[in-house]
Formats: sequence, C-alpha cells, structure tokens
Amino acid sequence: MKPNGSIRRRLFFQLAGVAALLSLAFFLVVRGVAERAAEGTQDDILAASATAIAESLGEENGEIILELPYSAMSMLGTVGEDRVFYHVATSDHTLTGYTDLPPSRVAPQPGEPVFATHDYRGDEVRAVYVKRPVGVASASTDVIVTVAQTRDGLAAISRRITTTATGIGVGFFLLATALSLWAANSALAPIQRMTDSVTRRGPKDLRPVTAETPTELVPLVKELNSFMARLRSSLSQTEDFIAEAAHRVRTPLATVRAQAEVTHHKLNKPEHRDAVREMIRAIDESSRSAGQMLDHAMVTFRADSLAQDDLDLSRLIAETCDRLSPTAGLKDISISETYPEEPVNFNGDEILLQAAFLNILDNAIKYSPDDSDITVTVRVADEIELSVLDQGRGFDGADISSLTQRYNRGANVGDIVGSGLGLTIADDVARAHGGRLTFSQNQKGSGACVSLVLPR
Amino acid sequence: MRFFGIATLIATLWASVSVGFEIEEEVSYPAILESSILRVISTADRAAFEPIIDAFQAENATITVEYTIAGTTEVMAAIQDEGATYDLVISSAMDLQTKLANDGFAQSYKASGAENLPDWVTWRDQLFAFTQEPAVLVVSDQFFTPDSAPKNRAALVALLRENPETFRGKVGTYDIRRSGFGYLMATQDSRNSEAFWRLMEVMGRLDAQLYCCSGEMIQQVANGTLALAYNVLGSYAASQQGKIDGFHIIQLEDYVSVMLRTALIPTTAQNVRDAQLFIELLLQMNRRTDLVEATGLPAIDTTQFQENSALRPIRFGPGLLVFLDQMRRKTFLRNWESSLVQE
Repeated sequence: MKPNGSIRRRLFFQLAGVAALLSLAFFLVVRGVAERAAEGTQDDILAASATAIAESLGEENGEIILELPYSAMSMLGTVGEDRVFYHVATSDHTLTGYTDLPPSRVAPQPGEPVFATHDYRGDEVRAVYVKRPVGVASASTDVIVTVAQTRDGLAAISRRITTTATGIGVGFFLLATALSLWAANSALAPIQRMTDSVTRRGPKDLRPVTAETPTELVPLVKELNSFMARLRSSLSQTEDFIAEAAHRVRTPLATVRAQAEVTHHKLNKPEHRDAVREMIRAIDESSRSAGQMLDHAMVTFRADSLAQDDLDLSRLIAETCDRLSPTAGLKDISISETYPEEPVNFNGDEILLQAAFLNILDNAIKYSPDDSDITVTVRVADEIELSVLDQGRGFDGADISSLTQRYNRGANVGDIVGSGLGLTIADDVARAHGGRLTFSQNQKGSGACVSLVLPR
Repeated sequence: MRFFGIATLIATLWASVSVGFEIEEEVSYPAILESSILRVISTADRAAFEPIIDAFQAENATITVEYTIAGTTEVMAAIQDEGATYDLVISSAMDLQTKLANDGFAQSYKASGAENLPDWVTWRDQLFAFTQEPAVLVVSDQFFTPDSAPKNRAALVALLRENPETFRGKVGTYDIRRSGFGYLMATQDSRNSEAFWRLMEVMGRLDAQLYCCSGEMIQQVANGTLALAYNVLGSYAASQQGKIDGFHIIQLEDYVSVMLRTALIPTTAQNVRDAQLFIELLLQMNRRTDLVEATGLPAIDTTQFQENSALRPIRFGPGLLVFLDQMRRKTFLRNWESSLVQE
C-alpha cells in the first residue's frame, strides 16, 4: 500500500479554495456595488446642483440673468472637501463661471443631464451638463449649465468601502477555512471510527465488521467482510487439514511400526531381522519427517496470527524435557536442566514455542552419542536464552547460516535420519516472537550449543 | 533667545507701479545667520502680526521673514492673476482664500498641528484657519450707555427707524465694493437674516457713511462723529479698546458671523518647508496665550461656540464661492447699492 495524499487535506484545501474564491467574489461584488452607489450619489448631487442653477436662470430686459443659488454650491460640500467648478453659457457666450471647463462631447437635452469625466486643473473631475431653454418659447435661448467636482471624497469613500469589504472578505475566508477544517474532520470521523474498531480486534478476530458505516464506505466494508469470510474459511480448512493429516499419517505409521516390532521379535534369521530393522528405521524416518513437515506447516500457519499466551518458560521447557526423556533414556542420555529461581514469564504462542524447543532438544538427542549428557539451561539476562548443549559431533565447520534453511542439513549427518526441518521450525518460531536462533560449538570438547534467544 | 532682536528692520513703502497689485507695506525681518527666506503676503497689519513673526524667528533663528501687507483683493490678485511668488498667503477673506484653494492655487500639507483642532479649521489640507474673528457692532459712548444699545438687528432697525434725526449721517459700515471683509460679512448676513436688507434700507435712508477699513470707523465712533458702525472686525475693535476711549463693542444676540483668518501655501511657493513651519506655529495659537495677547488676534476656541450659540463660524466649502460668482456679485452689489446708496 502506498499512501497517496490525505483525504482530509484534499477536502480541506478544496473547501478553503472555494471559500477563498467566494470571499474574493464577495469582495469584488461589494466593492463594485458600493463604488457604483457612491459614484451614483455624486452624480445625483451634481445633477441636483446643476438643475438648481438652471432653474434659477431668468430673463430681464432681454438679458439672461443668473443669481447663483447658495444651496446649489453648498450641497456639493456635503460629502467631502472637493473642489467645485461651474460654467453657465449660451451657445455663443459665457454667462459666468469657469470658461475653460471642458464642454460636453454629447449635447445634453432639456431634462436629460449628461455626465462626463475630465482632467481639469490637475485633477480628475466629474462633470454634469444640464440644458435649459430660457425666455419665452418663440425666442428662447438654450443655456447649458456645467457643474464639475473633483473626486477626492469619492476616493475616500471608495477607500473606506474597500477596507470594509476587505475586512469582511478576510473574516469570511477565515471563518470558512475554520469551518472547512471542522467539516473535513467531521466528514472523516466515521472512517476513523471504523479504523479504530478494526484495529482494536485481536489477530484471530475475523468476524465481519458491524460498526456503523457511512453509505459511501458500505461497498468497501462489504468487500472487506467477504474477504475476511473467505480468509476465515480458508484458515479453518488449513487448520483442519493439518490436524487431519497429522492424525491420518501418524496413526497408520504407528500401527505399521508396532507390527514391524512384533515381527522383528518373531523372526529368527539374522538377515530377516536386519531387513525388518531397516524397515522400522524407514518408518521412523517417515514418521519424523511427516511430523516435522506438519509442525512446520503449523508454525507457518500460526506465525501470522501469533497467540499471546502468558507462559512460564521454565515450566514449558521442563514439560518438553519430560516428554523427551524416554527417547533420551533409550540412548542412556541424561538431560540435566538448570532454571532460574523465579518463573520466566513470557508472552507468546505456547504450541509454537513447545514445538521449537522440542525440535531443538530432539535434534540434540538424535546427534548425541549413547551414554552422553545434554545440558538444558534457561537464562534470563537482557534477553531470555534457552540453550541446549550436547556432546555430539557439533556442526564441524558447517555453514551455520544455512542450517536453518528448509531441508538443509549439516554436512556431517549422513548416517542419521533427519528431514532438515527441525532447526527451520525453531528458527521460524524464534523470529515470529521477535527472537533468533544461535549456534555455537560446545566450548568444552565436542558438541553443539543451540540457543533460542527471545526478547524479554 | 531673542538674539535676533538686534536684527534691523527694514520697512519699505512701495509705489504700486512696479507690480500689478497694490502693496501697502513691505517689512523685512532679517535673521543674523540667514539660511533661508520666507516670503509672506498678508492682510494683517504689522502691529498685529509682528509678535507672531518674532515667535517664529525665536524658534527658527536662521530664517529671514519678508512680510508684505496688502488688501484682501490685492492678495487674491497677486496669487491668482499676477503669479507673484510668495511662500505663504495669510488673509482675512475666507471666500477669496477658498477660491484660491478651489481653483488650484494652493498646495496640500498634512499639518500635524491640525490634529488637535476641530475638523473645520482646515479645508482640503490647503487652508488653515488660526483665528476666529466676529463681526461686531461698535457704538459710541456719546450716544449709548452700555445698556441702551440695541441687542439684535430687529432692535437696531427699529431704533434707527424711530430716531432718524438722531442718527442721520451718523451710521457707518463697510463699503463692500472696496472691502473684501465687508463683502464677506454682508453676503453672510444676507444668508442669515432677512433683517439684513431692512437694516441696509434703513441705514441707506439715514445717509450711512461707508468705509474701507475698521480702523477709521472705530476712530469716528470713538470721537462721536458716528453713533454706531455695523459689521466692524471684532478683533480689531477689541485691540483698539485699550488705546482709544469712547466706544464699546456689542455682539448682537440674534447671530454673529465669525470669520476665520486663514493661511495657505501657494503652488508657486519656493520655500515650502519654512512655510509649513510657519503654519505649524499658527496652528499653535490656541495654546499660545502670549501670542493671542500680543497680537490681539483671538485663537480658535470651540468652547466659545458651545457657550454662545449666536456665534456662527463661516464654514469652508463651495458655498463661499457663490458670492464670488461674477453675476451674483453684480446682482448683490446692485441690491446693496440700491438699498444703501440712495442718491
């Protein structure tokens, strides 16, 4: 499995990205609307001012007169401290005001003010043009009133709006980001819950997952459950098969061996007796090989899902020694055992550890000459060491690292029955428990020392 | 610190031929170790302004101040039409100063001193007001006891109307055709009160005397030639009160227009830095009681407006441009003349 990004992170960044886009859009819309409103306000005031001026135009003795209304000008000072310019003119001459104010490009019509933006006297000004006919209808003169104002006040309003819009936008973004984080976490919480419920299971627990499952994960959990069901059935079949195989192989072999022993006693001719002895030897070899192969299969099977039994290793070793003492007795081999005073507590798979030690001890008995000693020692230091020391032929310079390979036997064992699986089983068990198997020559004279080293 | 006190004063009376605007007086206040020259054109006379220049040089000993005095319209003409190069323009005509700023003849300066003052003290960071000067009624002791003087314009109109023989030829006011301050006050009056035109009518019928300046009016009121003078510059009247007897000052109770004396830095200024220093000093007037005392110019004081609601400060803004409109001015002067100058 290779992790490819985090859903939480992806979800968070996508949500935050959407929030950022929305904030930006919000900022632009608010600013745009507000600025247009501010501009509209300025235009309205300008138009009101120009209209007020236009309406105060009058005619006296054929001359157009204007009494510039105070309010028309003062209203322009309400928003800010903007400069104000005005111009009142007929088509051919200026009546009053700033004669150099730029004229309108579009001719205004009565009742329809025209707006324009110009550069005038070093500033940008907004200008409005209002047209009004003055005088009696037959001889009226069109007068154009222009009122212009700089846009400092507008710029100040725009700055304020921009600041506010930025503040709101940033606030919205931060809030949305925090909510995104929360949303991402909350959306992924069911996954975490399921992960926890699966993690909490023991290694042998292959029951289907029944935790509450979000709809999106139902197919995954269904597949997982079906996979576990298949695994469970496959495992139980394997277990059954091993047990069945052990029974089916060992029982007939034991029967055949017993019959061969009986026959051996009955026979008188030495060549017949030799033949039957040879047969018994072959049966022993088959029996042992079959046993070890099944042991090995079992070890392989169990190592994946190690049982966690509370064990006293001293007791375990002592039992195993007792089990093999009859075999040792046949060869007049004495087993001396040394244990620490305290129980040696260890957490591990009892069946596997027993099988491992059984194989080591069995090996030692097998390779020991008649009438020799085997020393079994349990030592607790930084690690727990279970060592078996014999007085056999030792490894005699064999490649020690290859001894634990499957079906590989030492170089000097030609005359002894063996499958080459014994130490492999021991080694596998040691590894499964986080330990190791070590080999050394017996320091005192000939013989081998095999130690099963386990962590405390 | 007054080591510049030995500086020589050079006063020059100018003939008006050399420039297109009329100068009343030009005074130089040289610094001992001169590093720069600040050229000021102002409507305030020497007596009123010298203490401020002294205070300025006390803080800035290496700046020579050249102080030119001219009338309000001449100051306007100098900057607007003649392109005269001054570093600082100080004028009592708020409307003309506003027009200069509005039309782009002033440059902006973010004065740090303005932060302690109300907003209406500055306009566009170009106009800086540093005094508030009311227009007052000055009455002669020979005609009025302090209690018998009229308290408002309606009472004044009634008094004049009922006693034409007493007051004929004995009322005075500004000739607003010649005085910028007079024109400003008259136009503000016309906005504030209908009584203004009635007053002008009555004064016109009483053969009102017209003056260019507050000084002459006060003089004539004090010696009894005039019974009263209307719209006299209050700060000037107050400063004269200690020197001349025979008159007292009345702030009418219906309203009192309050003019702000302002400074601006023209765009053509050559010594902007020193001009800004000078503006900072002017904006300290409300904390410099010594200067207020020495100049007789009342500093900005908002508490006065809270205490006396009749005080109406003239506000900066485009409204001040209205009566400067050539047509409006013509109409206004025509109305004024027809009311007051009844020949």
